[in-house]
Amino acid sequence: MSNDLQFSLDGVSVCFEKGETIMQAAQRAGIYLPHLCFHPDFSAHGSCRVCIVHLQGKTVAACTQPAESNQVVQSNTPELQKARLRLIQLLFAEGNHYCPTCETSGNCQLQALAYDLGMTHYHYDPFMPERQTDGSHPDLFIDRDRCIQCDLCGRASAEYDGKAIYTLSGRGQNTQLVFRSPSGLLGDTNAGADDRAAHICPVGCILPKTGNYQEPIGTRLYDHHPIHDIGNLRKEERGGSS
Amino acid sequence: MKQAKLKVATCSLAGCFGCHMSFLDMDEAIIPLIEKIEFDRSPLTDIKSLSDCDIGLIEGGLCNEENQEILHQFRRHCTILVAVGACAINGGVPAMRNHFSLQECLEESYIRGLGVVDPQIPNDPELPRLLDKVLPIQSAVMVDYFLPGCPPPAAAFLEIINAVLEGRPPQLDYPNRRFD
Ligand code: SF4
Ligand code: SF4
Ligand code: SF4
Repeated sequence: MSNDLQFSLDGVSVCFEKGETIMQAAQRAGIYLPHLCFHPDFSAHGSCRVCIVHLQGKTVAACTQPAESNQVVQSNTPELQKARLRLIQLLFAEGNHYCPTCETSGNCQLQALAYDLGMTHYHYDPFMPERQTDGSHPDLFIDRDRCIQCDLCGRASAEYDGKAIYTLSGRGQNTQLVFRSPSGLLGDTNAGADDRAAHICPVGCILPKTGNYQEPIGTRLYDHHPIHDIGNLRKEERGGSS
Repeated sequence: MKQAKLKVATCSLAGCFGCHMSFLDMDEAIIPLIEKIEFDRSPLTDIKSLSDCDIGLIEGGLCNEENQEILHQFRRHCTILVAVGACAINGGVPAMRNHFSLQECLEESYIRGLGVVDPQIPNDPELPRLLDKVLPIQSAVMVDYFLPGCPPPAAAFLEIINAVLEGRPPQLDYPNRRFD
């Protein structure tokens, strides 16, 4: 029957259902593959490349690669962990990440992956981009300095909220988070503070305007638990993982 | 024979001294440590001139020309140079001024700032000239090790010194690898 629907991931046999990606099958099997732009509730984006795996001589993104019978997949190798570290370092260098000042510090998935991969510094020269903040919305604040352009807010807004407010615009280094309103301001959209999109950011770019900086250091998600143990969590969704 | 003591120099560039405070926060662990190290130039000793050292601990990034000069002195004199804390590693909180021009920052502080009396931008020739942008120290010199954190925990300082004493690369375990 479905016995042939399985592949090997780091030497462990993983079952999959037809149509699943390597990432989806690994998640169901309880195996953590590092990732940032993937979320099980939304379509895959394949942009952060943190979930790269080796598949029979090729390097592919596990979140977009369909699972196939008898594939031999490697994820937890020194070479791939090093490549992931460089990708994370590049994301830090591309934005402006001053963790000591950031509300999301301790609950941030980018930072948690950096901790897990042993990052101590950027490796690359910081790009120091100049990006605009947006405080026009009554309940939400946008700090684009921390945006890693994962498009999770865009997908949540389009696929879940049915609003398609958040999106990415531009190319390469000039890509930035934009809002679909004539002024370009979030305050001129019908974005709500309870929208899924407002709570999906894996970093500290989309924030509520009130109730911040209340969580003591030592009690935050990743203060004691590495992301490979507890998964890609958000403050509000302690207990479930993605 | 007794092992020669490791010579350690420290300085604070564009930093807040919080990293130095954290270094001292190792409580009684400092007692066996002072058997193994001696301080050279450091705000902790108030020794002002720098001689050849085994380790240089640099707190803070580069925000002015004096910072650059001191950093290069440390690099020349220290076998191992360590970037200590978020400010040394990515500019940290002071680098948040990089969003603005230097002139805008000076005007905001000294001309338009809240409660400013006799508004004028300081221009005493003794004041070190500010750089346009606050930079991490590895933009100017080769850095051997990095201690992340704001500040790094005392245990991370201890680990780096013990690693150098034991001739091995430092191993920062999970609780000692933090960015805030
Ligand atoms: S978003 Fe994450 S990595 Fe960036 S400043 Fe905030 S805590 Fe640090
Ligand atoms: S705002 Fe957050 S969720 Fe949206 S693209 Fe940027 S990092 Fe991703
Ligand atoms: S890293 Fe933090 S504690 Fe250290 S100098 Fe900078 S602001 Fe102060």
